[in-house]
Amino acid sequence: MSDAELDWRPRADLSALRARAVLYGQIRQFFARAGVLEVETPILSRAATPDPAIESLRTSVQGFGTCWLHSSPEFAMKRLLAAGSGPIYQICKVFRDGERGSLHHPEFSLLEWYRPGWSLETLMEEVADLVRVVLGRSLPQEIRTYRELFQKGLGLDPFEVSAEDLAACAHRQGILDAERLELDRDGWLDLLLSHCIAPDLGRDCLTFVRDYPPSQAALARIRPSTPPVAERFELYFQGKELANGFWELTDAEEQRRRFQAELEERRAAGRTTPPLDEAFLAALPAMPEASGVALGLDRLLLCKLGCSHLDAVLAFPLSRA
Amino acid sequence: MAHYNTNEFRSGLKILLDGDPYVILENEFVKPGKGQAFNRVKVRNLRTGRVIEKTFKSGESVEAADVHETQMQYLYNDGELWYFMDPETYEQLSADETAMREAAKWIKEEDLCEVTLYNGVPLSVTAPNFVVLEVVETDPGLKGDTSGGGSKPATLETGAVVRVPLFVQTGERIKVDTRSGEYVSRVKDA
Repeated sequence: MSDAELDWRPRADLSALRARAVLYGQIRQFFARAGVLEVETPILSRAATPDPAIESLRTSVQGFGTCWLHSSPEFAMKRLLAAGSGPIYQICKVFRDGERGSLHHPEFSLLEWYRPGWSLETLMEEVADLVRVVLGRSLPQEIRTYRELFQKGLGLDPFEVSAEDLAACAHRQGILDAERLELDRDGWLDLLLSHCIAPDLGRDCLTFVRDYPPSQAALARIRPSTPPVAERFELYFQGKELANGFWELTDAEEQRRRFQAELEERRAAGRTTPPLDEAFLAALPAMPEASGVALGLDRLLLCKLGCSHLDAVLAFPLSRA
Repeated sequence: MAHYNTNEFRSGLKILLDGDPYVILENEFVKPGKGQAFNRVKVRNLRTGRVIEKTFKSGESVEAADVHETQMQYLYNDGELWYFMDPETYEQLSADETAMREAAKWIKEEDLCEVTLYNGVPLSVTAPNFVVLEVVETDPGLKGDTSGGGSKPATLETGAVVRVPLFVQTGERIKVDTRSGEYVSRVKDA
């Protein structure tokens, strides 16, 4: 073992640990005032998300069998909504395998909340209010569409452009031998967004990006406009994605179809196919119309403290855990 | 053939790209909220020294480059190749001009150099950070001027030319930082 591995001390300064305690206090006060109920749902589940972009961690419980560590408390919280909980929030640890970088850690802290009867616009206002309270700054906000970002930033329409044209654009943007990556349309859009567009979003401003391509709807509804768009938003601040919100899909049939398509994609790629959350699907028809959002608390803390690497706010990152 | 998965990427790792050995300088994991994850890396070509940025799909595998560094003693130069010896195994290897690059003008026989081997062949040679060399030619400066101020070129025993303070005389030995090519100090004979 190297000295670094033997180091028992926390990686984050004690001041960062105190800042986290203040942050959680602010969040709880914010939601207590707003009449939103704090809830807790299990970390271990019989099921896991089939989302091909998320790899769930697996373990097993004696006498019970395989369990998955949740990658988001979404399914369980929606069951609470279906049971009539009213507006709810949760602060919890979630897990995603294979995600490690300056803004990623396989275990991270999420704030997730749901507002029955609220539109995405109203929820975006609340997200902005909360972030301003936490950062202690009166930051301006703006709402931009996914389409507009690509049109203004790269001169192409993300709803129309072909995979070939996206690859050519990546090449023009200086991403070396990009064609080697063999991505699908959404993969190219992800590449361009993360390399060329996102780093400039939210410069001293809370930038909401909304109206995603329907192929990136995840658990959001699709608005039948021309072109149809996913009722989803992401919040960016200082080039970092902080939150992801949906006008939640409550159509169980449509949700099952999306899950099946995702499982199919996993199967085709020879990857694991976790069991679908049947309890979630069974609860969906009873779930009220709602908007919901997940906000990364470690990243929010990073913004508050002006640090650039998540390790600065984690007591014990994986290598010291 | 050994491979590295992108989740093993870290600075210092040696990988093979388009047939050339590279070292990873920086590795950044980027992933949009709900989409494809990428590893953006900054790598240096160990042959040319050129630094480029590359993007990989996370989860991709990349061939490992059989590159490692070892300390070897410089023996002699035959006019074409530079010969080095492993001080433990006494094994000898030769490096060509491309591998020597800057190192050629700083080293003297018996100096310990860092040799980077790729598939067992010297890819690059790095001179010790500091070397002590004799001045074989420099204009006589003003005697007694030890305050610094001006400087002049001096040719060293290995042929390297460095700028030295005016008080440095032919026949004296000086310490040079090979990374910057700059004069550090005079060295009194022990």
